[in-house]
Amino acid sequence: MDARPINNRAWFLVAPVVLLVAFNAILPLMTVVSYSVQDTFGNNEFFWNGIGWYKELLDPHAELGGRFFDALWRSGLYSALILAIEVPLGIVVSLAMPKKGPWVAVCLVLMALPLLVPWNVVGTIWQIFARGDIGLLGWVINHLGIPYNYTADSLSAWFTIITMDVWHWTSLIALLCYAGLKSIPDAFYQAARIDGATRWSVFRFIELPKLRRVLLIGVLLRFMDSFMIYTEPFVVTGGGPGNSTTMLSIDLVKIALGQFDLGKAAALSIVYYLIILTACWIFYTVMNNVDADTKEGAS
Amino acid sequence: MARIELNNLSHSYKANPSGPSDYALKPMTMTWEDGGAYALLGPSGCGKTTLLNIISGLVIPSQGQVKFGDTDVTRLATEKRNIAQVFQFPVIYDTMTVAENLAFPLRNRKVDPARIEARVKEVARMVGLTAELSRKARGLTADMKQKISLGRGLVREDVGAVLFDEPLTVIDPHMKWVLRGELKRIHQQSKTTMVYVTHDQTEALTFADKVVVMSDGEVVQVGTPQQLFEQPAHTFVGYFIGSPGMNVMSAIVSGNKANIGGNEIVLARDYGLIDSSKKVEIGVRPEFLQLATGTIGHPIVIRRVEDAGRYKIVRAELAGQPICLQVGEDAPVPSEAARITIDPARVHVYADGHLVRA
Amino acid sequence: MTVVLDRVSKLVAGAPHIRDVSITLQPGSINVLLGPTLSGKTSLMRLLAGLDAPTSGRLLVEGKDVTGVEVRKRSVAMVYQQFINYPAMTVYENIASPLRVRGAPKAEIDARVRDAARLMRLEPYLARTPLSLSGGQQQRTAIARALVKGADLVLLDEPLANLDYKLREELRSELPRIFGGSKAIFVYATTEPSEALLLGGNTATLHQGAITQFGPTVDVYRAPHDRQTAEVFSDPPMNFLPATVQGGAVQTSAGQALPMLGTLQGLPAGSYQLGFRPSNVSLSSVNGASIAMPGTVAVSEITGSESYIHLDTPAGRWIALTPGVRDLAPGQPIEVFLDPARFFVFASDGSLVRAPQRATAQGGQ
Repeated sequence: MDARPINNRAWFLVAPVVLLVAFNAILPLMTVVSYSVQDTFGNNEFFWNGIGWYKELLDPHAELGGRFFDALWRSGLYSALILAIEVPLGIVVSLAMPKKGPWVAVCLVLMALPLLVPWNVVGTIWQIFARGDIGLLGWVINHLGIPYNYTADSLSAWFTIITMDVWHWTSLIALLCYAGLKSIPDAFYQAARIDGATRWSVFRFIELPKLRRVLLIGVLLRFMDSFMIYTEPFVVTGGGPGNSTTMLSIDLVKIALGQFDLGKAAALSIVYYLIILTACWIFYTVMNNVDADTKEGAS
Repeated sequence: MARIELNNLSHSYKANPSGPSDYALKPMTMTWEDGGAYALLGPSGCGKTTLLNIISGLVIPSQGQVKFGDTDVTRLATEKRNIAQVFQFPVIYDTMTVAENLAFPLRNRKVDPARIEARVKEVARMVGLTAELSRKARGLTADMKQKISLGRGLVREDVGAVLFDEPLTVIDPHMKWVLRGELKRIHQQSKTTMVYVTHDQTEALTFADKVVVMSDGEVVQVGTPQQLFEQPAHTFVGYFIGSPGMNVMSAIVSGNKANIGGNEIVLARDYGLIDSSKKVEIGVRPEFLQLATGTIGHPIVIRRVEDAGRYKIVRAELAGQPICLQVGEDAPVPSEAARITIDPARVHVYADGHLVRA
Repeated sequence: MTVVLDRVSKLVAGAPHIRDVSITLQPGSINVLLGPTLSGKTSLMRLLAGLDAPTSGRLLVEGKDVTGVEVRKRSVAMVYQQFINYPAMTVYENIASPLRVRGAPKAEIDARVRDAARLMRLEPYLARTPLSLSGGQQQRTAIARALVKGADLVLLDEPLANLDYKLREELRSELPRIFGGSKAIFVYATTEPSEALLLGGNTATLHQGAITQFGPTVDVYRAPHDRQTAEVFSDPPMNFLPATVQGGAVQTSAGQALPMLGTLQGLPAGSYQLGFRPSNVSLSSVNGASIAMPGTVAVSEITGSESYIHLDTPAGRWIALTPGVRDLAPGQPIEVFLDPARFFVFASDGSLVRAPQRATAQGGQ
């Protein structure tokens, strides 16, 4: 970092944002921390509970803890599946996108469209699309002989929400990788041709190394979003059938708004928040190491 | 692979070229012998990189033929042509070590691993990278990376020619001397045909046995560095080669005398009558002009003296036309008016830019 | 307007990019920063411009401390290696842009733009956009824009490096004339010693972030303070021969005796490095080149009128520059001759002990 000449005026411009963030985020966060160490049903009656909720949360045999770990497992599985599908698919799509010529603009617009749809609209689209009776996807699958009903069968439900997320967010990875690929000079491809490299070698030794940084950003964003996901699966399945698609966030809302058990919900929120924070910190550290690595040899 | 033959080769990047200006490369026919060191020299946009890419197969020419030995390779894919190319900036595979970089082309061609190891060691010794073989290619300096690029080109035993596209661009001046000497040494050791593209006349002249001077898509002259220096076939060659370039001045030539604004310059031979519709000029290099003492020689007005270290460049005017001469670093230079003598054997006559030969 | 750098240092992530630099730049001067890549030229220019602040030390303009003052408040113009022009504007508008930003009256803008265009020979191109011009013309546009701003400090960071050899030569020979008309301080960074010589003015040689010498270019070239400066300021690289003086006699490290002539005359006892330029290595013993050295030809490069001969000697690899075409075969044994009057004598710590005398008026050519 450079020691830039100091500009005191900047602080005054930042002040409104600081106040806004404090009002919207920091104060509520403090409230949640406060609730998490108490027992309350939101009716202004508070009973001190210390770390009680946390102990119950982290105990897999307790009712709260059992629920927490179930939902945690489901969220983790969901994120893992999402990343395993979207990242390779996004890379493949970006490799297929044209770099020059009239189709570039068309491709970019098409790729960007799914990212622009409001999230609950995405949920609604898929909710109808996947229905066995009036939805195209549901009807076709059932007609092919595969039993498919996302309201009754948990496998179908998972299939639906995963496919929906892939449709929604693969473009992000694709566009990020596309930008990364565009920055590779032609000479590298020419040299690879002269060296007799196969398409796979070109990908492995030229494209993938140059995409490392971009991919890390993409994976970080997708992990965060998929781990925190709420709207889309909730609109489609409501967390069901049963609680087979109840992710951590959905469970949290059930406890907080369904049961008004604010103390438990607050504790769950804090733990949830810490998990995500840790994951982000790990990504950030890895990203910085990758940066340092690539910088030392930059020519 | 024996020699490289270019037969009536020309290229236009446009689908339907309408006239000569649409051609990046105008029709040319040339033969390059096996094992020679050649340079393609010319300013940006003269077509030298297009020509190089046609030879390496990255561009298919719109007309004409390219032959390697007796085989027509005009439309043959790059991978099958047995050529190697070193680019302007180092192209290396960052994730591999130096040894793995050098082995890469052989691995792709499924060569026996024992043979790969032996060959990598040999090439590393040739380019001077033996000590770095196990280091990651990423952390090396620019000149070492260019050596890796070169080594990767030489490692294939069947490589017929190595093509260089302005390879010293990112190298520091000091390292340029070392690397240039190394390239020449490697050429003499490996006896592979090498074609070197550059806009830097020092690089071209020091590296090549024969230099192809190009301008605007055409070949202006082909010759050894000495021939290009002493007998430029075109005023462009005279200007482009030599630092500073040849002095070109308008003159009236009759018999064995050239007249520049009243100054009569003796020529080496009788030029007879030159077609009066052509633009007549004489050319003489700054190195062949001498400052004279006393009243002999032609009067010049000195405008500026530049110090280039081991010599000085005197910029002056002869009868109003700019002229420059080279003098030694310690030579005294008068401040304004002076006289110069011109060696008749070093004066050339040009009509419309072309050398008038005997 | 004098600019003074007082003990300026710059550390980036703990590594020193600039070490303890103190120089004074006078108005109306051309100052060349000469050094290899990564020697600190760009870092130093950014400090001068105010784009970066030094880690320690002060920057004074006309006696006032402006360390840490942002570049927007300073009178600075900068020209880069990549031709940086506004692509959507014409050449005229590009050159006019600094004046428009300042809000100068239209008549003044027109006059000054046309003046600058005439100076940079851009008059026929005023209505064109930069991308339709050649590299040389684009760079001339960038220089014109920097000049028209009328800044007190004009910084040029290797402006000719991306141009073709011949265009570089042309533009470079015009620069002294272009700079000469202005009262601004010009700072010009380059890696090529020949550019420093041709521009004249003052030169600062840089080595690993420190300025080894700063003074009139000719002085730095002919009387470098130390070996580092001599090495930076030579192209082709200087040749070195280690020697010791003992009991009134000179001996090379290989045991060869050298006559006590030229700059070796009367040297006190000690161990030295003798430096000499490639142009002072002859293939024949004429004109005072009296010391014979054996060697083997490594490679011979011909430039048309001269030849560069790389040879291996007991003292290492040397380069000899001789007139004429000499196509020598590698491996061929060769004898070269050195002129003791042309030796630079450096002590073992690198400082200069003796420099060759400049020839007097009776010197021939």
